[in-house]
Amino acid sequence: MNILSSPTAPVIKTVNQSALCLSLGALLLLLMLASLNFGYVDLSQTLLIRAAFGLADDPTNLIVQQLRMPRMLLAVMVGMSLGASGAVLQGLLHNPLAEPGTLGITGAASLGAVIAIYFGFVATMPLALPIFAMIGAAVATLILLLVARESGRTLTLILLGVGIGGISIALVSLAMNLSPNPWAVSEIAMWLLGSVRDRTFREVILAAPFIGVGLVMLLACAPSLNILSLGEDSARTLGLNIGKLRLLAIGGTSLAVGAGVAVSGSVGFVGLMMPHVIRPFVGNIPSRLILPSAIGGGALVLTADIAVRLIAVGPELQLGVLTSLVGTPFFLYLVFSLRKQMR
Amino acid sequence: MTSLQVDAMHVPIGRRSILQDISFRASSGELIGLVGPNGAGKSTLARAIAGLLPISSGQILVDGQCLRQLGPKASAKKIAYLAQGDSVHWPLSAYSIVSLGRAPHVGQFGGNSHIDEAAIARAMERAAVKDFVHRDVTQLSGGERARVLLARALAVEAPILIADEPVGALDPRHGLNIMSLLREEADQGALVITVIHDLALATRYCDRLIALREGELVGDGLPHEVLSPQGMALNYAVEGHHATHQGQAFVLPWRAL
Repeated sequence: MNILSSPTAPVIKTVNQSALCLSLGALLLLLMLASLNFGYVDLSQTLLIRAAFGLADDPTNLIVQQLRMPRMLLAVMVGMSLGASGAVLQGLLHNPLAEPGTLGITGAASLGAVIAIYFGFVATMPLALPIFAMIGAAVATLILLLVARESGRTLTLILLGVGIGGISIALVSLAMNLSPNPWAVSEIAMWLLGSVRDRTFREVILAAPFIGVGLVMLLACAPSLNILSLGEDSARTLGLNIGKLRLLAIGGTSLAVGAGVAVSGSVGFVGLMMPHVIRPFVGNIPSRLILPSAIGGGALVLTADIAVRLIAVGPELQLGVLTSLVGTPFFLYLVFSLRKQMR
Repeated sequence: MTSLQVDAMHVPIGRRSILQDISFRASSGELIGLVGPNGAGKSTLARAIAGLLPISSGQILVDGQCLRQLGPKASAKKIAYLAQGDSVHWPLSAYSIVSLGRAPHVGQFGGNSHIDEAAIARAMERAAVKDFVHRDVTQLSGGERARVLLARALAVEAPILIADEPVGALDPRHGLNIMSLLREEADQGALVITVIHDLALATRYCDRLIALREGELVGDGLPHEVLSPQGMALNYAVEGHHATHQGQAFVLPWRAL
């Protein structure tokens, strides 16, 4: 066959995935050490390492083990959940603006958690908080998937996310409005701003199993997401079980994001930003995006959590406030750069 | 030698029956065109054979085995499907797209074996897309992208290839290229079934046409039989111009009746 062609489309370059993950992992480790370093009390490196293993004096052991380590671990866990779920949701919905925050999943998880706090379930059963948050996240993800099957248009999904987020905020506001206790209102409001400050190992242990299982489920979506980039019909004729993929993605997102929100409140835009940062390094291949986005998400939240401690603005800036301040312009930039596709 | 047998098949969408009582047999080496006016059920038939739609009665047998009982992976190895349109959801390289054709053959977390790599290389060679290996498919022209997507379907190396309007949106040159490729596939032993609107290409390249109207099979035979003046009038409400060029018969839709 004689085909005259001189391709002008750009060449797609990739980097070695193991090298990418190892570099991101090394960065994450450095940030974890840095996170232990920053606080109101200056500690030497030697003292820090000794305290991490409980070998320093009691107050130092307490500062490192009970304050800084849970904070550091939660930041990593929450960041990994958000990064991985953003990468999976973007692949599943074929939508570059999808992430737990823009799609209202974080908001719905917050609503679930607030219901657990408001009706006093948390007082009788601590597990009620992550469980209710995960149910909230699952309901939102299910609604999105049902609509995405009918109309997968970017704009429709984002507007639906705005709707789910709006209803969640309205109901959370209602709970705060009707709350008989002003301290509870203040507690809910601060928690909603998103933070990993003043957390203990209790929160880490509470969230870790759910986030762990959620991350495994999200990583298991990897090969199927590649096939899905051809569209649902072609993917099914290549033997893909789309029902199983949806179950893994919804389950994984609900567990990871729900448990993350339960212990840290709402930390937005990490799931949006990380996949976009990683995508050029992996040739846009959806399966190669999830693990680096998770590690990168952990690094990003940790960086933000270190930054809030370094930015001296009276009361410490809340983590969620900082990620929103950085993430919203990024979201708007994406909306403008993708506006042709969204029409 | 592969055989496809469709027996008294009814395909509903919702409560409405879209295809009624469809029966035909086909075997390796045939290039069959599914023709008929808009809304006749051509794409529905292609999708049903590919296992994408539930059937309310009847059956589809591949080599005597019921398609439904084969399971998704085994069925994917038997029937490759090229969907209508050319959408690829992410700016992936042509190689990444074509290698997805090996999905039914590789384990879920396994990489491509040398057998898979050889199949990918063969498919890219046949569809003449080797120049695009690392190119972003979303930035290729429509015709180039159509060839990459066809290479993806060829990489499955299934004995049956179903293509849903592969030349619908292409310029004449790319349309001819794609039809030549489908012809070559059939000549090399595949059973190729394609939905096609261009009757000149259908009469020139296909061995056999199956005509549908309002969900019913109304013609099955050689192109000049199915698209006879009576067939054109009955199925398309069109008068055709029947001619021969370089020894090959073709038909051009000439006037609406």
